[in-house]
Amino acid sequence: MSRPAHKRPEYHKINKDLFVLTYGALVAQLCKDYEKDEDVNRYLDKMGYGIGTRLVEDFLARSCVRRCHSYSEIIDIIAQVAFKMYLGITPSVVCHNSSRNEFSLILDKNPLAEFVEELPAGRSALCYCNLLCGVIRGALEMVHLAADVTFLQDRLKGDSVTEIGITFLKKLDEKKYRRKK
Amino acid sequence: MGSGGVARERGGARRRMADAVLFEFLHTEMVAELWAPDPDPGSGGKKKSLSVLEGLGFRVGQALGERLPRETLAVREELDALKFLCKDLWAATFQKHMDGLRTNHQGTYVLQDNNFPLLITMGSGSQYLEEAPKFLAFTCGLLCGALHTLGFQSLVTASVTSLPACKFQVVIQKS
Repeated sequence: MSRPAHKRPEYHKINKDLFVLTYGALVAQLCKDYEKDEDVNRYLDKMGYGIGTRLVEDFLARSCVRRCHSYSEIIDIIAQVAFKMYLGITPSVVCHNSSRNEFSLILDKNPLAEFVEELPAGRSALCYCNLLCGVIRGALEMVHLAADVTFLQDRLKGDSVTEIGITFLKKLDEKKYRRKK
Repeated sequence: MGSGGVARERGGARRRMADAVLFEFLHTEMVAELWAPDPDPGSGGKKKSLSVLEGLGFRVGQALGERLPRETLAVREELDALKFLCKDLWAATFQKHMDGLRTNHQGTYVLQDNNFPLLITMGSGSQYLEEAPKFLAFTCGLLCGALHTLGFQSLVTASVTSLPACKFQVVIQKS
């Protein structure tokens, strides 16, 4: 891979900032366009879904993960490989039930919200990082796994951690593929 | 009209770093969503969407301009500012330098990128040319915002003749 003549270390950091700053500008724009927090959340989820369906191909090309045999393995890969690769963090994983289809990812640091100290005034129900839920949901759907993905806790709303809940639903039959919703 | 001494990027396919890819995916989604035809026919859909994307780019360009290394901000001359965009800003944002910089020395600059990353995913057939301006709007705003941080008002437009090459035209506004 060829690099520019003088690649100074600050550039890499700035490049990470680019995504975070762009995301922040996007959320601000959506807050202007939509009065209700639920609408902004839904829009972010929808955009995330679109990204996730394409990101999964990029991920699979970069990571050479082997075929998974359980939901736990998939969650571990999301937390330890995908999050690490794209956002530089490794959330911890919690499994909630004995049938092992309900999980949480616990993020104590959230890079998307790096420049956000608190939610904008009057936006207490805003799920600032809702894009992430859509990304995960879209990516999973492309590998024929249906899941509900939502924020259970959010540091920006005053919780102590940020928690993303992932519940795997019935596995989609590859032949009779039907779009969720 | 001399060319600026801007380093040339070698090689075609360039492996993007994983975290750089996120921005590209987000950008593509933003173009797809924020460009959508306005359901209300009376509000001039197309132009409005262009300025939304440009506006986002402007905000980000300002923020990036503020974050770039201190010494680069001590830019006084117009040409230095443009070189800064071509080298520092472009390297930080797209991991490459601009391929060419031309000027008429009267406030108009043409920045040429032969392999613009945000156009690469589009494929190189001429049937995509119509779509290309949507993928340049954000970056026009970005350039404008970064220049604003450096103390220059500008008008930035972009054109594509053959994917993935494009040109950004920067006209510095005299106050």
